[in-house]
Parts: sequence; structure tokens; C-alpha cells
Amino acid sequence: MKVRVHVSLKPGVLDPQGRAIHHALEGLGFKGIEDVRAGRLIELEVDSSVTDEALEAMCRQLLANMVIENYRIERV
Amino acid sequence: MSFRAAVITFPGSNCDRDMAVALEEVSGTPALRVWHGDHELPERLDFIALPGGFSYGDYLRSGAMAARSHIMRSVIAAAGRGVPVLGVCNGFQVLTEAGLLPGALMRNAGQHFICRTVPLRVENSQSLFTAGYEAGQQLRIPIAHADGNYFADEATLDRLEGEGRVAFRYLEEVNGSARDIAGVLSEAGNVLGMMPHPERAIEAALGGSDGRALFESAVRSLVDA
Repeated sequence: MKVRVHVSLKPGVLDPQGRAIHHALEGLGFKGIEDVRAGRLIELEVDSSVTDEALEAMCRQLLANMVIENYRIERV
Repeated sequence: MSFRAAVITFPGSNCDRDMAVALEEVSGTPALRVWHGDHELPERLDFIALPGGFSYGDYLRSGAMAARSHIMRSVIAAAGRGVPVLGVCNGFQVLTEAGLLPGALMRNAGQHFICRTVPLRVENSQSLFTAGYEAGQQLRIPIAHADGNYFADEATLDRLEGEGRVAFRYLEEVNGSARDIAGVLSEAGNVLGMMPHPERAIEAALGGSDGRALFESAVRSLVDA
């Protein structure tokens, strides 16, 4: 089974990479972009023994830095 | 008297030798070298240094993998017993990722890797790392990092300021760090993380000696203890 973990910066945390991407898109001539936030997608291949609690623990202990990031777990 | 200091080397550390040289230069005793895969630290350590570099290739986040390595469990336990722990640059990133210091080090606000000597101010001259400086003393110490942008929420920043745990502050805009914070102390005061490299500033031949007093302070704190 595939699990996707979406890691994103918390609202309010300045995102220098998102800002640079924003500027680059505007440099390419794209209009109407109001904001860009960059995150990370981590795909796990797990067997059925892996519980939701275990996935939460993986996110909190390693996959996301809870000081600056939020995570969302998606079972595919 | 010998000063038993250990320098931890992770795969990708590249300032470990500089750190070991600085510790030996100041203390007169060669530093012990510890590999990340070692499960135990040497006994009776007086000082632990986490050096700069790019541990584990900065995979996931700078310092994230090193913070979960075997040896860091021993470092966390030693810090809990009061052993002084200094983390410089990547070492600071490892300390925040390991939860030994609050906050996080994000990508520099200007996106670029910055390698130059910056002016700092000593904000706390009472710690075991900074007792050899005067409060308010200005220093020039090199930095070399891409992820040095210190972030913590406002409540945490207020608490750090209130408890005198901001050890060093940049005197000019450098990397976007909250309140220009360059170095932070733990609540008990025995853990210091800082982005500038004091081990690169221990004698005039290196371009400056403003970092030397940090190591002298640590050695003296042991003698006085």
C-alpha cells in the first residue's frame, strides 16, 4: 500500500524558496500568481500492519519538523 | 589536568578537524574523535562538539538525519547530565533537530549560501562558553551556511530573550534570522548552538582570533568547577 506524506511550512513561516519560485514564474511572464509555498512529498510503500498511529509518529519524529512544518497523511 | 573533549564526526561533516585543532590548541589536550555510528561516547567527557558540514548530505532537512543517529542518543543523555555541548553551523542544526535547543534553522532569506566574516555582539557573557567575553563585546567571526535563518515562534523568542539565552546576535542583516539571533543557549546553559564558526577564528593567521575566548571559557569553567 502506498502512503503519501505531504509536508508543508506552517502558515506564517516565511518561505524563501516559495518566494524565489514566485519571482521566477513572474520572470517567465506568468501573471496572476498571488503566493507560492514550496513543500515536500514523501511516498512510503507500507504493508497492512502499519497503523495510522505509526504513520503519525513517523511524521512527528522525523518526516516533519513540527517547529516549522505541518504534515498531511494520505493513504492511496 | 587534561580536558577530555570529543568531536563527533558524521558522514559529511567537514569542520571536525578544525574543531579538534581548536580544542587542542586551547586546552593542550588532543580531542577524542568519535564516529557517528559509535553507540557510546568515551567516558568522563568534559566537552562535546558537533562540527559544521553537511551531515548525511543535508537529506530531508539540515541536521535531521544526524539528530537521529545512534551517537546522538548518547549526546542527548550527556547533555542531560550537564556535559557542555557546542554545536557550530551544521552542529547547531543538529541540536535543534534533536530537540536540545528550541527553534529551527531555515533556508537563508536571500536563498544564497553565505561565506564571509560577520560582526556579532556577545549578549550573554555569563555562560560557560562566553564567560571570557564582555557583555556587549563585538566580535568578527566567519559564517558559511545556506540554512542559518533562525526561526522560533514569538513566545519562544520572548522566553529566550527573557532568560538570557541569546548568546550572540548579528550586528547586521545576514540571513533573515529572527531578531538577528546567531547563537542560542539551552535552559540549563550547558548547550550552545551557533551558526558562526569560532573554531575558524582562533589565531591571527586564520584572519582573526575572536573565537578563541569561547574555547578558553569552556576550559576555564572546568578548571574552576
